[in-house]
Amino acid sequence: MQVDMVGADGLPIGAGASRPGPEITQVGAVTDRLKKYPTRKRRSSFLGDLVFFNVTRLFAALVLLMLGGIIASLVYGAWPAIERFGIAFLVHSDWNPPAERFGALIPIYGTLVTSAIALFIAVPVSFGIALFLTELSPAWLRRPLGIAIELLAGIPSIVYGMWGLLVFAPIMSQYVQPVMTAALGQIPVVGGLFRGPPLGIGLLTAGIILGIMVIPFVASVMRDVFEVTPRLLKESAYGLGATTWEVVWRIVLPYTKVGVIGGIVLGLGRALGETMAVTFLIGNNNVLNTISLYAPGNSITSALANEFAEAGEGVYSAALIELGLILFFITFVVLTLSKLLLLRLGQQEGSRT
Amino acid sequence: MSNVVTMKLQPPKTETTGGTAPAVQLSIRGLNFFYGRFHALKDVSLDIYRERVTAFIGPSGCGKSTLLRTFNRMYALYPEQRAEGEVLLDGNNLLGADVDLNDLRARVGMVFQKATPFPMSIYENVAFGVRLHEELTRAQTDDRVEWALRKAALWDEVKGKLQQSGMSLSGGQQQRLCIARGIAVRPEILLLDEPTSALDPISTGRIEELIHDLKQEFTIVIVTHNMQQAARVSDYTAYMYLGELIEFGGTDDLFIKPKIKATEDYITGRFG
Amino acid sequence: MNLRQRRRLTNRIALGLSLAAMSFGLFWLCWILYTVFDLGLSGLSLDLFTRMTPPPGSSGGLANAIVGSLLLVGLATSIGTPIGILAGIYLAEYGQRTPLGVATRFINDILLSAPSIVIGLFVYAACVAPMGKFSALAGIFALALIVIPVVVRTTENMLRLIPSSLREAAFALGAPKWIVIMRVTIRSAKAGVVTGVLLAVARIAGETAPLLFTALSNQFWSLDLREPMANLPVTIFKFAMSPFADWQALAWAGVFLITMSVLALNVVARVFFREATKS
Repeated sequence: MQVDMVGADGLPIGAGASRPGPEITQVGAVTDRLKKYPTRKRRSSFLGDLVFFNVTRLFAALVLLMLGGIIASLVYGAWPAIERFGIAFLVHSDWNPPAERFGALIPIYGTLVTSAIALFIAVPVSFGIALFLTELSPAWLRRPLGIAIELLAGIPSIVYGMWGLLVFAPIMSQYVQPVMTAALGQIPVVGGLFRGPPLGIGLLTAGIILGIMVIPFVASVMRDVFEVTPRLLKESAYGLGATTWEVVWRIVLPYTKVGVIGGIVLGLGRALGETMAVTFLIGNNNVLNTISLYAPGNSITSALANEFAEAGEGVYSAALIELGLILFFITFVVLTLSKLLLLRLGQQEGSRT
Repeated sequence: MSNVVTMKLQPPKTETTGGTAPAVQLSIRGLNFFYGRFHALKDVSLDIYRERVTAFIGPSGCGKSTLLRTFNRMYALYPEQRAEGEVLLDGNNLLGADVDLNDLRARVGMVFQKATPFPMSIYENVAFGVRLHEELTRAQTDDRVEWALRKAALWDEVKGKLQQSGMSLSGGQQQRLCIARGIAVRPEILLLDEPTSALDPISTGRIEELIHDLKQEFTIVIVTHNMQQAARVSDYTAYMYLGELIEFGGTDDLFIKPKIKATEDYITGRFG
Repeated sequence: MNLRQRRRLTNRIALGLSLAAMSFGLFWLCWILYTVFDLGLSGLSLDLFTRMTPPPGSSGGLANAIVGSLLLVGLATSIGTPIGILAGIYLAEYGQRTPLGVATRFINDILLSAPSIVIGLFVYAACVAPMGKFSALAGIFALALIVIPVVVRTTENMLRLIPSSLREAAFALGAPKWIVIMRVTIRSAKAGVVTGVLLAVARIAGETAPLLFTALSNQFWSLDLREPMANLPVTIFKFAMSPFADWQALAWAGVFLITMSVLALNVVARVFFREATKS
């Protein structure tokens, strides 16, 4: 309504008007002053809203463009290699810079194996930590312990890498690996994983450090979702005589499975993309001739970190960029699958996602 | 200090204290409201009189808050909510597409159930709305803030600490701050959506006294689930049930001699 | 053993294992921190902050790397934060269900988990290759690309937590939407948004991979944004992988500095958030 309504005293009604009432006692002077200044502002807020809306929308669209830009430039950079090697790139294992023959199998293998080891360690440990923090720990210990676990996440990956190389790997080589070979190396099928020269660095060590790095991410997500489980739900289980373990395993975990899966996927994404820790520890070897986990190898990230600087122009760097594209693609697929899974699980339970 | 527990019986009120016949300020005709597909208000028609207090009562879910929120088109924030029909403020339909919502809300103010002080000083809270719509000097703004706080019966308690955060006040004080904030822009109509349901009895009593003072200058529409409160403060009452207006009339008439059985059932506590 | 005894035993074992898991996590934390302190503290000296990175075999410090890192992180945060906040505002206040909002939220999640080395590669292809050389600008760009998704996510989450009754109260006074957002909603969410920015800073302070192909590193003292710029993480990488003892000592000192800064930032962010949301 753009019409100014005018009251009996000639002054505008609405903001700015004043109508004397019977209780003017202390307020009288103030009200009189107000009568002298009909000060209605006629301002269009339409412009302000329009500008603000479009500015924020622009920046949101920028985020979208970032992704498009990343994919586009990676494809462009990798094109020479894509053209040359085609789909065979994914399954060949020679990595021969001078002869310009490249195959991504070894880095992909390294990435997947180290991430698998990392999850193998991180998931049960994180579950145990989350269980401890929510059910076992005395109340006063909860926050400090929670903060301690989160500090693990804060340690930069290069620190893990350096520490791993200079402190942990020698211990692996001197104590842990020989013991593992002796204990597990003779078992028929899986024994092959634990045989070979105990170099210290290699797929196994890289995987272990990766696992430790990933623990805080998975653990804090699990702890958060365990904590918001309705108390009434747990109490009804306890009321039926269930033990703590049974309550967590049979009630809390199924209730929170959506969040738990989300946390695991978060950890997986982190493990797949981790560069520095893996680079220091994986051994930087582009030959694959054994299934032993003790073997040095390469991951996509370590190959990029180690070799990109010297790759120069041409097919070598294009091949490396193609590796990066493959990694990005793997992360993208993992994330999308997890979102779809979460969506499906949410629908099954009839809850809103 | 009013006795907040008993229902006050007053002599039948057909005239106001000022002696003038009540004029219609807001005229609702054939109002229908939808939350998505849910038909929440069904063909509601009633009049709101100038400088009187009108109360909406009814069990929860009956649509009284929904009805209130059409008067300042608060529902426009949510795309799945829509209203059809006419709400005429001095002849113009508020629900029309050409209505400037910000202007409308300067003329029709609202105080909510939960006190919501903004994260700023007490002074800034009260001045917020004023600054949006008027160009006042510092002195004029000071005056307006003082006036609003006095009218809201909060001035004496906060005059020494206007720069303190609005959130440092007690619950009852915060609600009075919100009332001061709402009246500082000098609206014609003040909508109160269950303003005391979250407050203790003493604060409730003070706000009811406030409403009695405020109606000298403002038209007030109050939604309350507390029948006794409606009987205490309002001049007119509308009883709603399941989205329909069951009965509307002078408060005393409605409470003492309701015309419709459903109203009587609700008032005597037979259900709800 | 009957059923009840078996259940009790399972319970005991499970709880024992969870205690073991907790200790496992703490064990690594303590060991790593201890090592960092032990080997890094001894490398701390005034020289560290005043002398430049030396060639192998001679002594020196990390001054240019420290300053370079501060510059890179500071500029990247200044660029990434406003973009992230504005995009986060869009997602929380305008775009809950619009196609753009849904798409951006999804993409943001992907970028959040994208390997930082891929971001580095992208900036290489987009900036370094065309320009023909590594530069600090490219490094800042790469770090900003990591900051933005973090800030977008925390801003959106913090804004979502503000109850709608506060917004409605502001609208009810006739405020236009942009004033409601800027003067009421964002003000209420201020603490959370600042915490998000601090956490983003902590994240990029330790990132090496994105800088490897963008800002690279610089042995000398240079503040020119168009040239490679020295920074702590890449310097540490180079020094740590080398066989030279004095370089390795410097690397540990650098590791100590980064770890302490990042941990301090995390603690500060947490404390700040608690204090600011107390009132």
